[in-house]
Amino acid sequence: MYGWLLLLPAMALLALFTHYPAIANLWHSFLSTPKGDRPAVFVGLENYQQLVEDPIFWQAFSNNFWYALGTIPASIALALLMAVWVNDRIPGRGILRLAFFTPTILPMIAVANIWLFFYTPEYGLLEQFTGAFGLPSHNWLGSKSTALAALMVVTIWKEAGFFMIFYLAALQSMSPHLADAAAMEGASRGYFFRRVTLPLLMPTTLFVLVNAVINAFRLVDHIVVMTRGGPDNATELLLFYIYEIGFRFWDSAYAAALTMVLLAILGVVALAQFFLLERKVHYQ
Amino acid sequence: MNATLHVYEPRGMGRALEATGAWVLGLLWVLPLLYAFWTAFHTAEFSTRLSLSAPLTLANFVTAWHAAPFARYFLNTLLLVTMVLAAQLVLTTLAAYAFARFAFPGRNVLFALVLVQLMVMPDVLIVENYRTMTALGLKDTILGIGLPYMASAFGIFLLRQTFKSVPRELDEAARVEGCTPLQVLWKVYVPLARPTYLAYALVSVSYHWNNFLWPLIITNSVEARPVTVGLQVFSATDQGIDWSIITAATLLSTAPLLIAFLLFQRQFVQSFMRAGIR
Repeated sequence: MYGWLLLLPAMALLALFTHYPAIANLWHSFLSTPKGDRPAVFVGLENYQQLVEDPIFWQAFSNNFWYALGTIPASIALALLMAVWVNDRIPGRGILRLAFFTPTILPMIAVANIWLFFYTPEYGLLEQFTGAFGLPSHNWLGSKSTALAALMVVTIWKEAGFFMIFYLAALQSMSPHLADAAAMEGASRGYFFRRVTLPLLMPTTLFVLVNAVINAFRLVDHIVVMTRGGPDNATELLLFYIYEIGFRFWDSAYAAALTMVLLAILGVVALAQFFLLERKVHYQ
Repeated sequence: MNATLHVYEPRGMGRALEATGAWVLGLLWVLPLLYAFWTAFHTAEFSTRLSLSAPLTLANFVTAWHAAPFARYFLNTLLLVTMVLAAQLVLTTLAAYAFARFAFPGRNVLFALVLVQLMVMPDVLIVENYRTMTALGLKDTILGIGLPYMASAFGIFLLRQTFKSVPRELDEAARVEGCTPLQVLWKVYVPLARPTYLAYALVSVSYHWNNFLWPLIITNSVEARPVTVGLQVFSATDQGIDWSIITAATLLSTAPLLIAFLLFQRQFVQSFMRAGIR
C-alpha cells in the first residue's frame, strides 16, 4: 500500500503525458480534424489512406531512414575512434576531450545557427575553404543533392562526442591485465582490439546505438532552423513533418496518423533492444 | 592510472601518427565554434575576413541583447529548469524508493509502464500533449512547458538502481531506531545517492536548457518563451543576414551553460557517464 502511495504522483503524470496521449493518439488517428463548427467524426482508416498516398510522407520516411543510416554508424565509429585516442596518453588529451565533448553541451538550436553560418554560400567558412582551392561556389543547404548530407554532418558533429564518453568510461574500466596477457601470448594490437576490446565494448555499443536511433527520430530542432524541410522536401524528417502538419496546417487528425508511424518505429526499436539484450551481447 | 605505457599503446612513429590524427580531428571539431566566436567578437566587415589586425568588439553582443528581450528569456529558462528539476527530484525519489524497496502487487507491470517513457518521450507526443495543455489551460505558460517532463522515467530508473545498492542493514538499523519509511528515505537513501543526484541534475538541466521543439509549440509570448525559442524567433525575424549579431545572440544564449561546463568539466563529463551507465 505504501509503495502505491509513493508511486502515485509520478505515475499520474506519466499516465497523463505518456500513456494517455499514446492511446488517445491512436483514437484520434481514426477521427477527422474538427473544422469550425464541424466536430470530429469517425472516419476509419481515411487518415491512413491519405498517409499511404502522400508522397511527402514517403519522402520524409525514406529521408529519415537515410538520415539514421548516415548518422548512426558514422557517429558511433567516430566516437569509438575519439575514445581510443583520448584514452591513450597523447599530448593535450585533456583539451581534445573537451573539444570533442563541447558540442554535446550546446543546444541543437544554437548548433544549427552556427552551422547555418558555416555553410552560408560565399561567406561561410566552408565556402572560403573550397573557394581558396578554386572550387566553384555551392549552396550546401540549398540544393537537393547535398542538403540532407549537410544536416547529417551537423548531427554527427553534435553526437559523436557524447557517445565518446561512454566508450571512454568503458575503456577505462577494462582491466590492464587483459592486455598484458594478450601481449604475452603474442597478439598484435589490431588482433587484441578486434578480439578483446570490441567484444567487451558491445554493451556500450548497444546502449549508444539505442540512443542514436532514438535521437535520429526525436531530434529535429536543426531542421526548423536550417532548412524547414526544404529544398523541395529533401530534408523533411518524420517528426518535423508531424510538426508542420500539426502546427502549421493544424490538421491534427493527419498528424495523429503520422505520429502512429513514429510510435511504431520506436516500438520496433524497443523490441529489438529487448531481444538483443536477451541474447547477451557480451561475455561477462 | 599507472604511469607506464599500456602494452598496446603506440610508441614512436605510431604514437606521433595517432597524436596527429587526434589533433586534426580535434581541430576540425572546434572549427565551426571558433568561427562563430570570431564572427561574434568582430565587426561585420571582418565577420568573414580572417585578419589578425581585426579589432575585437563586444558591440554585437550589446546590439543582440537590446534587440530582443533576452533578459526575460533567460529568466523564463531559469524558472523552467528550476521548476522541472525540483519536481523531478521529488517525484523520481519517491517512485524509485517504491520500486527499490517495497513489494506491492503490480510492481513489475508498473515499472514496465514507466520504462515506456524511455522510448516514447514527450518530445514525440507533441500533438496530443498540445491538446491536453489546451484543455488544462496551460498553453503559453512555463508550467505547460515543464509538466510533461516532470515524471521522468530516466530519473526513476537511475535512482532505483542507486537505491537498490544501499545495504539493507542500514535501512533496517534506521527502522529499529524508530524511523518511518519516509524518514529512512530522507536520512539513509537520499544522502547515499548524492552522486547520482548530481549526475541527474546536470543532465536534466542541460536537457531542459537546450530543449526546443515542445517549447516552440506550446509558447507564443515573451512571458513564457525560454531562451532557445527566443533565439529562434530573434534569428528568424527581421535580422536579415547580419551574421555577427545572430552569432553573438547564439553564443549569448548558450553562455551560462557553456561557462558552467568549462568550469565544472569533470563533474559534467562524469555525470553524463554515470547517467549513461545503467
